Amino acid sequence: MKNFMTLDGNEAVAYVAYRCNEVMGIYPITPSSNMGEWCDQWASEGVRNLWGTIPSVVEMQSEAGAAGTVHGALQTGALTCTFTASQGLLLKIPNMFKIAGELTPTVFHISARCLATHALSIFGDHSDVMAARMTGFAMLSSCSVQEAMDFALIAQATTLEARVPFLHFFDGFRTSHEVCKIEVVSEETMRAMIDEDLVIAHRMRAMNPDRPVLRGTAQNPDVFFQAREACNPFYFKCADITQKAMDKFAGLTGRQYRLFQYEGAPDATNVIVLMGSACETAHETVDFLNARGGKYGVLKVRLFRPFDVRRLCEALPATVKVVSVMDRTKEPGALGEPLYLDILAGLSEGVAAGFGALKTMPRVLAGRYGLSSKEFTPAMIKAVFDNAEAAQPKNHFTVGIEDDVTHLSLKYDPEFSTEGENVVRAMFYGLGSDGTVGANKNSIKIIGESTGNFAQGYFVYDSKKAGAVTVSHLRFGPSQIRSTYLVNRANFVACHQPVFLERYDMLQPLVPGGTFLLNTPYSKDEIWDRLPQPMQAQMIAKKIKFYVIDAIKVARATGMGSRINTVMQTCFFALANVLPREEAIEQIKYSIKKTYGRKGEDVVKKNIEAVDHTLANLFEVKVPDRVTSSFGIPDPFTADAPNRIKETLGKIYGGLGEYLPVSAFPCDGTFPTATAQYEKRNLALEIPVWDPKTCIQCGKCAAVCPHACIRIKAYDAKELAGAPATFKSTDARAPEWKGLKYTIQVAPEDCTGCVLCVDVCPAKNKTEAKLKAINMQPQAPLRAPERENWNFFLKIPDLDRRRVKVTQLRQQQAMRPLFEFSGACAGCGETPYLKMLTQLFGDRAVIGNATGCSSIYGGNLPTTPYCVDHNGRGPTWNNSLFEDNAEFGLGFRVSIDKQREFACELLKKLAPKLGDDFVNALIHADQRDEAGIYEQRERVAALKQKLTGDSSSDAKMLLGVADQLVRRSVWIIGGDGWAYDIGYGGLDHVIASGRDVNILVMDTEVYSNTGGQMSKATPVGAVAKFAAGGKPVGKKDLGLIAMSYGTVYVASVAMGAKDEHTLRAFLEAESYPGPSIIIAYSHCIAHGISLDTGVGMRQQKAAVDSGQWLLYRYDPRRAAAGENPLQLDSPAAKMKVADFMMSENRFKMLTKSRPEDAKRFFEKAQHDAEARWQLYTYLAARRPAGGATVPVTTTAA
Amino acid sequence: MDLTTTYLGLKLTSPLVPSASPLTRELDELKRAEDAGAGAVVLPSVFEEQIVREAAELDIALAQGTESFAEALSYFPQVSEFRIGPDEYLEHITKAKAAVKLPVIASLNGTSLGGWTEYARQIEQAGADALELNIYYIPTDPDLTALEVENTYLEILKAVKAAVKFPVSVKLSPFFSNMANMARKLDQAGANGLVLFNRFYQPDIDLETLEVEHSLLLSTPQARRLPLRWIALLYGRVAASLAATSGIHTAYDVLKVTMAGADVAMLCSVLLRKGMGQIAVIQKEMTQWLEEHEYESLAQMKGSLSQKNCPEPSAFERAQYMRILTTYKLAI
Repeated sequence: MKNFMTLDGNEAVAYVAYRCNEVMGIYPITPSSNMGEWCDQWASEGVRNLWGTIPSVVEMQSEAGAAGTVHGALQTGALTCTFTASQGLLLKIPNMFKIAGELTPTVFHISARCLATHALSIFGDHSDVMAARMTGFAMLSSCSVQEAMDFALIAQATTLEARVPFLHFFDGFRTSHEVCKIEVVSEETMRAMIDEDLVIAHRMRAMNPDRPVLRGTAQNPDVFFQAREACNPFYFKCADITQKAMDKFAGLTGRQYRLFQYEGAPDATNVIVLMGSACETAHETVDFLNARGGKYGVLKVRLFRPFDVRRLCEALPATVKVVSVMDRTKEPGALGEPLYLDILAGLSEGVAAGFGALKTMPRVLAGRYGLSSKEFTPAMIKAVFDNAEAAQPKNHFTVGIEDDVTHLSLKYDPEFSTEGENVVRAMFYGLGSDGTVGANKNSIKIIGESTGNFAQGYFVYDSKKAGAVTVSHLRFGPSQIRSTYLVNRANFVACHQPVFLERYDMLQPLVPGGTFLLNTPYSKDEIWDRLPQPMQAQMIAKKIKFYVIDAIKVARATGMGSRINTVMQTCFFALANVLPREEAIEQIKYSIKKTYGRKGEDVVKKNIEAVDHTLANLFEVKVPDRVTSSFGIPDPFTADAPNRIKETLGKIYGGLGEYLPVSAFPCDGTFPTATAQYEKRNLALEIPVWDPKTCIQCGKCAAVCPHACIRIKAYDAKELAGAPATFKSTDARAPEWKGLKYTIQVAPEDCTGCVLCVDVCPAKNKTEAKLKAINMQPQAPLRAPERENWNFFLKIPDLDRRRVKVTQLRQQQAMRPLFEFSGACAGCGETPYLKMLTQLFGDRAVIGNATGCSSIYGGNLPTTPYCVDHNGRGPTWNNSLFEDNAEFGLGFRVSIDKQREFACELLKKLAPKLGDDFVNALIHADQRDEAGIYEQRERVAALKQKLTGDSSSDAKMLLGVADQLVRRSVWIIGGDGWAYDIGYGGLDHVIASGRDVNILVMDTEVYSNTGGQMSKATPVGAVAKFAAGGKPVGKKDLGLIAMSYGTVYVASVAMGAKDEHTLRAFLEAESYPGPSIIIAYSHCIAHGISLDTGVGMRQQKAAVDSGQWLLYRYDPRRAAAGENPLQLDSPAAKMKVADFMMSENRFKMLTKSRPEDAKRFFEKAQHDAEARWQLYTYLAARRPAGGATVPVTTTAA
Repeated sequence: MDLTTTYLGLKLTSPLVPSASPLTRELDELKRAEDAGAGAVVLPSVFEEQIVREAAELDIALAQGTESFAEALSYFPQVSEFRIGPDEYLEHITKAKAAVKLPVIASLNGTSLGGWTEYARQIEQAGADALELNIYYIPTDPDLTALEVENTYLEILKAVKAAVKFPVSVKLSPFFSNMANMARKLDQAGANGLVLFNRFYQPDIDLETLEVEHSLLLSTPQARRLPLRWIALLYGRVAASLAATSGIHTAYDVLKVTMAGADVAMLCSVLLRKGMGQIAVIQKEMTQWLEEHEYESLAQMKGSLSQKNCPEPSAFERAQYMRILTTYKLAI
């Protein structure tokens, strides 16, 4: 009996890989992480493979490490596989050459993803797999979720027989994340496909001291070449073996695949050749065109390596005149992209050899499409066919973009569509937090598994973490769905958040007569006048059926809070007619029980109540026959944004990036900073409001604000002239600022409403103790007046940095942050550190940022949070890779030092012209404080003036490097995944270098950006991905390792525990003229803490109070002065570690899943914390050589 | 000395019963209590509200941030099964029963009628010898009448009694308009025992932080006066067993509440301060006192100074209290 399931590509692949293997070496990288996570989860649940054993899943420190482990496991005879993508695959390449060179059977499953070039992209294309094509791995491409599962097995069966290792790839996101109803390959089929004799043969080839062999020799010119050629017979047979496996698979399942699979007219003249998910869309398009008299065909390339020329030629009809080969990758400077070159050469060789029916060589055209998951639609495929038939077709063209620079792109008709009439196509606009995507995945399962319909879901996510928008694209229909592109002809559109009415043209994709469902607090009689004008016009023109529901009201009434998913899902089923209404509701309830059952009866009950209360609140709106609205969709960026910014970044923000031509973009990935200020996201329902009377001006609220939305200024009273009526000001309390005015101002439209500021505010109102000096109030009525106040506030000059006592938080917070309004989560625990860094050193900071959360919220288009001061100075930022960030930053230092040294040499040479005193002052300037920096900048400005007009080579060269005479602050920043794991080797080397670099490790104790995988910073007992049963070993003590050099400044800080300690550590680290590392405890959404209640900083304090996290500073300068370099700044523990652990879900959930383990881990955590405290106490109390005893504990001032 | 007593129909070797506290959460402590001579143990309360809240919190924590950001569609591994609900508590009952021979009394605080009965049923199935209903309830709604409050107690008791077969006691607060009437109603509704009294947590104010303090104060011996009076008043007037709890720290306290009519004396603060071993100390002192005063058994003195049996029944009534107040002089 056929068994259908609804799952995504990653799960489909992992399902087979897990059952056919014994060892998996893994490392998280988008979009492949889920495959490893599935395997780890199954292993932790005791799921067994085909042979009844539970596979070992090993997370390594990097993909390179995973590949090494895989290589080792293979060499010693285990059936081993791995999963990766993009840069991860690049890191595996060296081992892949080895694995292939040793003819070792394995399958690497790759969710193909873009490689970072001018920019990083997490989305899908073939640039990664193409970079691995000369490793000697066979390359098998699957086009759909069904094929991904099927080919995972075919690859596994083939590699065992062929001994050629396989790279099985499928498109990242489009296939890896598409949720689809597929027929599941049974374990019987798997057993039938995997020849156990071949498994034993693999074991027999393995390294075994009972029959020792030696591999990995070094060979010389005399023999290497011949020995390399010795593998040829295996490669020659590989294609046949693959086809044989495909044929056997067809016999078992009825699904027949071919190495080159042709679909289309048997007498086609015009054929498109491609790999991956686009094959499906091409197939759909070919069927559509041929049904209307066309002569088209599509050739799906399954096995790209080893390349089988004969089968290529045999697959093509004799009638083919022109072949357009489409590559989903770019190889700049090449004659053509890899698939094109191989097809071209293959046809040339094959036709000459008389293979197949082609008598003459067809014309072969090359095209590029779909980089970084760029849409590739039937319209574009038709354009490719049309181009091939043109009198003078374009070659080496692109499609899907507008190239107005080199004019390579094809034009296409966006109106062309192949969507079938019998397919229900639905789009849902939601927020990440409202559960829309989860509900839709659920609906797909319901429809897929309870009806005969096929179902497909694809989800477009936001690149912002706070207030993330999701758009779900669902299709349901009686026949197989091949549409591997977004829904652009929807017959149902739902808007789950009323705020989107102001942002998106949601009705554009809706077909005439389609249904629009809106969640709104307004009734069916009130809503019409609340709609923007273009929306009203489209509703009338398209005769749209319009429904409203106040889903929030229903959700709240049933105890669901703001999670409206169940309510909206019920509405969808009620309106979309995919299932009879009653049956649909029963199915929703059944699925609620299945989904939420494990979370307890009450959660199930609330969801079911929500379903029961929905339909009575769903109303149809009678669409009037004329437009009454006077407002449109506002511009995405504020009016003050420069035009060039509005034209490009503004359009991207407004969802129109698709339509920007090539000329809109820089040629090398360079973008201006300071653009986040132009997007006003208005995410907060409530914002903080300052009460000057209660305020003690401590600066804590500003310090902890993750999005730099609370600002402090001290200024002359005269600046208040023209202040808006509601602008607040009071006298500054700091004695040094006597006579100045003081304001704390909130950016009302940038605040995310995370409440951290209110939580940390220590001041209490004397008559109403629940009020603090800063209190949350509804944003809507405050938006306009506070916007005016904010704009006025920004115009007040910043206080001269020389007047700020930087060691006191209360004053330091008046320094302007040069990192603002990032895309980080509301309540983020990392960004307050970054903001402080930019306040202190941003105007001369050069930042290298490891890939991860901080590179995404720090550098994800369209806008950039790093910004500039009134002089236009600010951090300059770059992200190289994940693994090399420390080295990247060291490169900055070496380069800057070299240029400074050169500048000094030139200054000395030019001293006769410039004056000895001036040159001396420039070279020996004391730049330890703001005053020194200020003066040096003045000198450099004077120098530049003197040099201008001097045409000598020395003067010109000096002008080019003069800026480097002002002290540069080099910062290397990243998370624990980088610092503890993948980048650790480099980090270690860099801190050993002695160079003046500053490293900030924002330690969330987990891989946050990729969704919470364990790192070596993860504490014992924490549940994380790859540690579903709780991490059994403790956290690596990175600080202690760094201290062992004796020459590295090391600080361990937690802003929420002691903010001035953090401040002190930043100042000391930056001033230390050698390597410095600050390890900063960063609370995180991945800790399972309720970020929206502002608990983050409290959690930091609890971590310190329990001894789980220590505060200390290790300053080699103290050792030089005869003092103990280590100052332990943590007080003795005030609470039990277990009490801290129980306040975070990452620990607490283990008490609900494995209570005995939890108890054991909690005890170990307590023991470890005490032991570590004792060790540090001992180290801090040691009498330094030749010096006096220093106190055990010192307190930061 | 014969210290045996009968409580909730259970024969106990001693009237000393560790009441519901963090101590009785630990199996080792239960064993220590048994070794020290306790007559029974009351396990800590299972709170329906807490279970529901924890399930909701877990749901929120697991859902937070999911399906929002392409690289991190979730932040925790999918765990197929959580032990949500009273499972852990039920397991504790089973383990406690296996660990000690003493009668094990479970304690329950529900929020919904369904919750009370369902959990009670599960507790009975898990093997507890009896159940104490810890009706921890402070009516703060000014529209709620005394009668409605009282009916809530009675409804819960009746529903639970209808659902289970094992003995059920009610631990209640003294804050009823007519405590005696309330006790009688509970008695008539089928309570097998009355546990007098529940000590509500009393908030305080921290002058420095301007916050309401949540710390829990352990009882002082003075607190024993309240149960002593009511037990003395109720003894012989209700069929239900009577347990004294609050402020019982020494052998003398136990003797006094026994004389007032208590079947058992529940110990908490003293054990938290001094450990389960204190049971043996108290027991020894009781025995000594009983022997010195030539009592044959503890049972002999039970209720001997209850209102019914004492030489001055009015001593337990309110007028007496007034008299003390009017004759009270400052000891300067």
